[in-house]
Amino acid sequence: MTKCLDPVILNLWHPIGAIAEAVPGAVQDTVLLEERLSFALNADGEPVVWRSHPDVQGPARVPAADRLPARSTYGYVWTSLGSPPAELFLIPEYEEPDRRKLNAATFGVNVSAPRAIENFLDMGHFPYVHTDILGVEPHTEVKEYDVEISVDRDEILATRCRFFQPMASTASDGGADVDYVYRVPHPYCSVLYKSSPVDEARRDVIAVFLQPVDQEHVRAHMLLCVLDEDNEDKVIKRFQQTIFGQDKPILENQVPKRLPLDPRAETPIRADKSAIAYRRWLSQKGITYGVIPVAA
Amino acid sequence: MLEEARSRWHPIAAAHDLQFRHVFHGQLLGREFAVWRADDGYVNIWENRCLHRGVRLSIGINDGRELKCQYHGWRYSNRTAGCTYIPAHPADAPARTITNRTFPAVERYGLVWSSEEPRGELPDVIGLAEGKLLALRGIPVNAPADKVVERLKAYRFQPNGAIDGEGAEILIDAAQDFAVALRSRDGDAQTHGVFFVQPVDSNRSVIRGVLDQDAEGAARIDILRHHNERLSKLRDQVEREAANVPSPAPIEPVYERVSAELAEMPGMTTHGRKAALRVTVARKWQTADGIAGFELRPIKGILPTFQPGAHIDVHMPNGEIRQYSITNGPGETDSFVIGVKLERDSKGGSKCMHETVREGDVLAISEPRNNFPLRRDSTKTLFVAGGIGITPLLAMAQALKNQDLTHELHYFAQGEEHLAFADRLKYLGDALKPHLGLSPDQTGAELRQIVADYRNGMHLYICGPGPMLEAARKIATEQGWPDTAVHFEYFKNTNKIDDSSSFEVALARSCVTLQVPAGKTIMQVMRESGIDVPSSCEQGACGTCVATVIEGEPDHQDVYLNDAERKAGTKIMTCVSRAKSARLVLDI
Repeated sequence: MTKCLDPVILNLWHPIGAIAEAVPGAVQDTVLLEERLSFALNADGEPVVWRSHPDVQGPARVPAADRLPARSTYGYVWTSLGSPPAELFLIPEYEEPDRRKLNAATFGVNVSAPRAIENFLDMGHFPYVHTDILGVEPHTEVKEYDVEISVDRDEILATRCRFFQPMASTASDGGADVDYVYRVPHPYCSVLYKSSPVDEARRDVIAVFLQPVDQEHVRAHMLLCVLDEDNEDKVIKRFQQTIFGQDKPILENQVPKRLPLDPRAETPIRADKSAIAYRRWLSQKGITYGVIPVAA
Repeated sequence: MLEEARSRWHPIAAAHDLQFRHVFHGQLLGREFAVWRADDGYVNIWENRCLHRGVRLSIGINDGRELKCQYHGWRYSNRTAGCTYIPAHPADAPARTITNRTFPAVERYGLVWSSEEPRGELPDVIGLAEGKLLALRGIPVNAPADKVVERLKAYRFQPNGAIDGEGAEILIDAAQDFAVALRSRDGDAQTHGVFFVQPVDSNRSVIRGVLDQDAEGAARIDILRHHNERLSKLRDQVEREAANVPSPAPIEPVYERVSAELAEMPGMTTHGRKAALRVTVARKWQTADGIAGFELRPIKGILPTFQPGAHIDVHMPNGEIRQYSITNGPGETDSFVIGVKLERDSKGGSKCMHETVREGDVLAISEPRNNFPLRRDSTKTLFVAGGIGITPLLAMAQALKNQDLTHELHYFAQGEEHLAFADRLKYLGDALKPHLGLSPDQTGAELRQIVADYRNGMHLYICGPGPMLEAARKIATEQGWPDTAVHFEYFKNTNKIDDSSSFEVALARSCVTLQVPAGKTIMQVMRESGIDVPSSCEQGACGTCVATVIEGEPDHQDVYLNDAERKAGTKIMTCVSRAKSARLVLDI
């Protein structure tokens, strides 16, 4: 497979690891867009990222030429193989002091990043893949919702999403419709807002940041930014890991692994409005990495 | 060679790989298949991806009649591979053309055969007679097919009758691009073996051996083990050789694009009153007092996919056209079964079916149309059938039974002898609740009890004679059922049609304005102007000719729309309904 030649993807910020799981000074190796990279936190706790090289054993002695842009945002180390924008997309809720912020998991998945994003945006699979947790038969209907591509913010926004959940919260004994809002502010990242069981006026935030290892493999980093003062970290994490563990075998059995952008490659239904918008948005951006572009 | 291989038949599985309710993952020349046997024995070989989002159907669920995708629960029918249900939109009938790609399947010599673009029939294999063969375990090999075939020419094995011996004499009976036929002789013992090589991909193959003699018990195990060991050794040799040369690039399967129409959003299909299909009456029998059952089989090819609630138009020898609901359960796609009640005042429809049509006759029928779709997201579904109104509800109840969804079928009839399709009713078990010999008043009281406990999420489907249907709808409304939860289908429209008005109809998409005079229907006027309008019953009962009203006030004279839909004024049946306003604008 050739290395990434897609300028849009090269110039983006990409996540490569959770800060909470990095030991200061220890070097971690990873792969981004088929390039082998190393990163570590320096003495100040700032991330340093470089192209892996057998002679370079730590962050202190990285030649300037091998250094890559680096930032620490939303609890992850981000880097870029091109010229990234000054800012990463905003998640204002991350700054709210009463929220619990966790890396729920980092999962390797044998699928392209865009297929994983579509799965994250999809509600129709809840009763079948997340049976008795996020959905249950016969409550299978995906009700009408709204999707827009926000031009000024350059992101996709799906609102008025509702889905019936058998255990809407630990506090409820019956099922109820749960409200969702989905954002896709980055071709390989998505953020969802879901009714909080604790506070009616606020929403829990769950984000998935995909690290493209290559066109058909990702590492999925799951950020939780939730209102929950009772449960232990491991309980909250286990819940998300269960959900993700159910999605993984489905994602790995999608063919082709890269997302086809030709509208006639697959059969959309009304429930797929957000996915249709996402595919169009990727096409408009001219993205070629991790997708099968529309034949010219 | 691999290009030419596409037009040949290859084994893709052993018959014993297709276990009860299993889905087997097969592959040929880089293309994956989902292979499954339905409970009626039919072997389905399909492209291994759901048309919706590309998930492999080989991880789907075979319920014996349909294959269900794991991702979103889309259901595909046995034989036709047509999608019968999309759970995300339970109130819609899926567009009929959502059909998965199928490949031919032939079961012979203990193997399942297929081909991407077969030229001709599966050829006979000399030396293999059907019936007493032994299919060996398939041996996968990471090497191109031609390398495997080359090695197989030197394959040595003992005949079944001297399996523990050594030094059998081997003759090559025949060798082709994808098969080697060998004869092993040791004293009096002799076994003929044909070793087919399935080209899985450019660098992967499966050896599928078939011996001309079967064996029982321990002897059989010994034979299987003998070949397993020797073929595994052969595999190791071929793989070692293949590892020394660069492996060819994997074959990239080309997936067919879906039709442009489906790529947009599934809409209703439009057909005029056409009878595109020819069927023969395979069986005609009396299924109940006054009710004849007809089993209609296609003359050639397979029938299109139907959904529960669908009906067909039957064009009769006397020129009449009538609608009959399909009573089949899910996946029962080799024939359509309909029930016809002899009407006392028959104008020639049911009379013709009962008296003239015989087994072996050819009938013209339309494709199935579904204007009475079944939701499957209901917490509990109640079916209320009166007399011959059982037919669409029977298909629906069988679908819910197959999916283990809660339902009751209340069947009102004059007596036991009037209950039709006993075999299908039996399949429903306790869900069937017959109500026999009741007067209209008693029927009303019974209905009141049946629909007494409405809860949000329940749905009611009613089909039966007009007066009973009216009563049931009225009672349901009184008991708090909203219009959206009550679904019904009339046999016919008994309203007296008032066609005295005259008005103007503007067709927004066709950019024409037409005058509808008294005595003519909107549909007739549109057809006279060359506009193709789908229709079926043409009396305001079936819903096929529905059009969307953009502007103007309809004068509803049909029995298809419910009260809420009538009030909304956004739909009109163009075969009978008219306009109260001087002008109607339709989205046609």
